[in-house]
Amino acid sequence: MEKGRLFLEEKEVVNAKSIAERISKKVFDEIKDFSTTSIERGILRLLDVSGVNDDRVPIVNLFVDKLKKENLLSKGVLFILSNGLLKYPSLSSSQFVDAVLKDEIKLNGIEFFEKESVLKKVKELIQEAKEKILNKKRERERYLENYSPMEKPYFYVIVATGNIFEDAKQAASAGYLGADYIAIIRSTAQSLLDYVPYGLTTEGYGGTYATQENFRYVREKLDEVSFNIKKYVKLVNYSSGLCMPEISVLASIERLDLMVNDALYGILFRNINPLRTMIDQKFSRYILSLAGIPIVTGEDNLIKTVDSFEFYYTVIVSQLINEQLAKLSKMSENLIGLGHAFELDPNLENGFLYEVAQAQLVRELFPNSPIKYMPPTRYKTGNIFISYAMDTLFNIVSVLTNQEIVLLGMLTEALHTPFIQDRYLAIENAKYIRNNLKSISKEFLIRNGGLIEKRAKEVFKKAIEKLEEIENIGLFAALEEGYFSNVKRPKYEGRGFDGVFKKDKDYIEFEI
Amino acid sequence: MKRKENFIKPYGDLPNDGMVQISFSLPLPLSNLSREAAKAIAREMNIVDEVIVFEKDLYENFSFFIIYGKFNKSIDISKIIAKEERIEKHDFYEVLKFGENVLKNKIKIIAATIGTDAHTVGLDSIINAKGYKGDPGLERYPFFEILNLGAQIPHEFLISKIHEFKPNVVLISQTVTQRNIHLKNLTYLVELLEAENIRDKVLLICGGFRITKELAHELGYDMGFGSDTYPADVAYYIINEFINKNLVNKWR
Repeated sequence: MEKGRLFLEEKEVVNAKSIAERISKKVFDEIKDFSTTSIERGILRLLDVSGVNDDRVPIVNLFVDKLKKENLLSKGVLFILSNGLLKYPSLSSSQFVDAVLKDEIKLNGIEFFEKESVLKKVKELIQEAKEKILNKKRERERYLENYSPMEKPYFYVIVATGNIFEDAKQAASAGYLGADYIAIIRSTAQSLLDYVPYGLTTEGYGGTYATQENFRYVREKLDEVSFNIKKYVKLVNYSSGLCMPEISVLASIERLDLMVNDALYGILFRNINPLRTMIDQKFSRYILSLAGIPIVTGEDNLIKTVDSFEFYYTVIVSQLINEQLAKLSKMSENLIGLGHAFELDPNLENGFLYEVAQAQLVRELFPNSPIKYMPPTRYKTGNIFISYAMDTLFNIVSVLTNQEIVLLGMLTEALHTPFIQDRYLAIENAKYIRNNLKSISKEFLIRNGGLIEKRAKEVFKKAIEKLEEIENIGLFAALEEGYFSNVKRPKYEGRGFDGVFKKDKDYIEFEI
Repeated sequence: MKRKENFIKPYGDLPNDGMVQISFSLPLPLSNLSREAAKAIAREMNIVDEVIVFEKDLYENFSFFIIYGKFNKSIDISKIIAKEERIEKHDFYEVLKFGENVLKNKIKIIAATIGTDAHTVGLDSIINAKGYKGDPGLERYPFFEILNLGAQIPHEFLISKIHEFKPNVVLISQTVTQRNIHLKNLTYLVELLEAENIRDKVLLICGGFRITKELAHELGYDMGFGSDTYPADVAYYIINEFINKNLVNKWR
């Protein structure tokens, strides 16, 4: 259904967005003086510092730890590297880092050059890094131009064998069968690791690790499939957890095409320190935006542990805030894929109508967003036949309300990570609905004053009320008080807080 | 003497037709070779008159088959040993009344999803006041004192919390993950509890989609709850065992 079908008041929409903007600006004010160890490691990775030592500890971690020990971290890696390279002009960034780690160059008593020449060197380094990202962006654009266009809604499936070699085979199969986006699920605990593992991996729980080498391996396999079917198959991973900035950098370098990125999710469901991840997210979104990689957010999770009918408004609240946070990181609307889900109790009378109402509300509030719509999961059982029927209803709502990126439901959702044939059956179902209902959204109007319109307006009203409350106390306080999913997260607690540091007067930002 | 009615077969459309459906993928391209291989697999499963009703090439070296056929054996149900039927069902108010009548002390419960398991849906629906499908969670029973640690709790951290909180009941949730990692997580906890000499002080319960009472016993747990468990089932079991095992004095 086209924009404007729900009879929303334009001024209310504008009002909601400006409240969210004020909330987000306040967050940015609170984090602007800080950086994190992971951001510094991300910048090093952009400057081609990579690899691990004999104990498989990444070089970037070793170097940042060293800076911390020498009390130099508050100056940031760009400042230190630039000074080092001015002193040793024949070295590359990576060679300089190696020499420091081998104690061939002492940081203790390192000489600092005058501001102007340091700034000039920093600009050179940043330019070099940006060029690398932009090259990958252009590469993707060339593929998209040369192959046949994709059809909306786009199909997104997950692969989660826990072994990168099997992942690549199954990803290839999914791409061939019609999937547009393929996410390689990473190991459950990875979001809590404060380093990015190295190499091609064949283990992990519920998925295998996100590593630079794994990214490259699967991307190459999908390039092969894309060539065979003459359609560019997109690769997805997770820019979240303690290494959010580094993963964003690796995604940009290895030409990933979409990243799941949501600080709120990490705070609520992984107990990551709110400050840490908000700071990391700001940098990550800036990098992804540069790389032309859209993000998708994780609002679907907000209604998985609480009553999804009663608390659906929290999805809207989070989307409104996430949109503004992303805009402040210089993301354009077409890169901000806000998330939501089809998760109402299937026993709810008229549940389908309420799902339509909610999905249409999201569509109308964010007309330019590549909305990510998640399938039913929490009410699924081992009855795979009913599960398949639920996914059919989900697919109908997707097409009817013009969702953009649709994560396809799996008939074995309640049983195990998808088998190769489960993915095939999911794609068949979605293709059938997409084709059979092609123009349905243009044929039906929402009845003025009917159940659908009432539900959407009620959700939106509740969301605005909550936004106003959050504006009064600030987002961090709202998180402390359990505004989302009943989970309470204090601002100075949680994982990764020790990686947050205050930037001193010498610190030079990457974002210039 | 063999009685005919003791022998059963799957029923599709007529008695003893033995009709079954199976589906699977093979790591082979779709070809006459993989078709024959698929049928051979069915026959090895004692499925005869097998028909591939659907097949699909899944790219490169994979193919998918749906097969219908007839199970050509019969099962003598008089020889089957079946576990007792599931425990009797009680609703919230019955269990609440039962607890209030028989308990003199509060029951302390510690709950967690251990290891790397990030799922909390199962644990939340049992513990949170809201409960599951209209059956209120354990938090709604005034005689339970609950410490819910949430998801991804390292084993060692849980052990330290147990020493601190001195619970009567330890409730562990583990959801399906690959390669039986959930089983390793569960047995490792039992080993730690034994090493710390606290296994006997607590009622140890696990829950999760694939968990059964039998599996729980095998792993060294007192009880296991699978899917289709309601909070009232867990509450009723805890109250009974608290009294039967006289758990009230264990930490003294």
